[in-house]
Amino acid sequence: MSEEQTLDALKDIRTMMERSSRFISLSGWSGIAAGVCALGGAAVAYPYVKGDYQNLVPSNAATAQMVNRHSISGIISHPLFLIAACTFIAAFITAFIFTYIKSQKENIPIWGKTSARLLINGAIPLVTGGLFIIRLLQMSYFGLVAPACLIFYGLSLLNASKYTYREIRWLGIAQLILGLLSCWNIGYGIYFWTIGFGVMHIVYGAIMWWKYDRN
Amino acid sequence: MAGNVDISNLNKIFDNRIRLGIMSVLMINDEISYNELKELLQVTDGNLASHLKGLEESGFVKVQKGFIGRKTNTTYSITKAGEKAFRQHLDALEQMIRKTK
Repeated sequence: MSEEQTLDALKDIRTMMERSSRFISLSGWSGIAAGVCALGGAAVAYPYVKGDYQNLVPSNAATAQMVNRHSISGIISHPLFLIAACTFIAAFITAFIFTYIKSQKENIPIWGKTSARLLINGAIPLVTGGLFIIRLLQMSYFGLVAPACLIFYGLSLLNASKYTYREIRWLGIAQLILGLLSCWNIGYGIYFWTIGFGVMHIVYGAIMWWKYDRN
Repeated sequence: MAGNVDISNLNKIFDNRIRLGIMSVLMINDEISYNELKELLQVTDGNLASHLKGLEESGFVKVQKGFIGRKTNTTYSITKAGEKAFRQHLDALEQMIRKTK
């Protein structure tokens, strides 16, 4: 065996191990697209958020009885909730499209053990966070919504990083730091949210594109 | 030549890209189905089946036959002997690279 053959063999082993354990079709463009959707969503939501804080927070914070103040149906029909839902769906779909294109190009099936593991492990903290946030809204803790979004999303990324590119861990940690900072800056949640979901995604996507997709 | 010692540790069975690929995948996945293996390695049925057979006969790979509904589902996993042999093979590859450095 020559040196070249040995190196080839090691390269093959490495490729097969990576391919079978991690989902590596995640495209840098997916991150950029999700970030752009978040910026759009934040821009649409901005006037509502500013309005709500002035009208709702002081009066509601004063009421002692906060349990079940808002019905679930009232929450999910609120414009802000609808904007958030549309933003999430748009981000998910556009991110999916770019990843789908990449997987086709690289001839890796998009649906398999690796993508299933990635989705399930990412979804567990995310669904937990989603339900927790609905409860926060019910109890009028509006100021904690943005920090909770960032923290649970950060945890989701941290968990998902074991099943895809390791770098996503750093995006998760960045979201966690922003989420915690945001906890002590109540009232500025929309800005933290925009940095985390908008700017951070775009920065992350651009770095990943530069590192893996550019060629 | 000092290199001769190392070559004896390289396992002839793994001297093939497909078999090497199968072993790499099985090292980190508890079990994997025939179809998943085929997709990962991107090889033809005949090719994959014959190499799997070879590894099975060497005692490096175990086969489990089962059903999902009515369809047969064959899964593969690595044996203790297979794991040991593959590790030795990796060590030998590593040593070869060190020697040439």
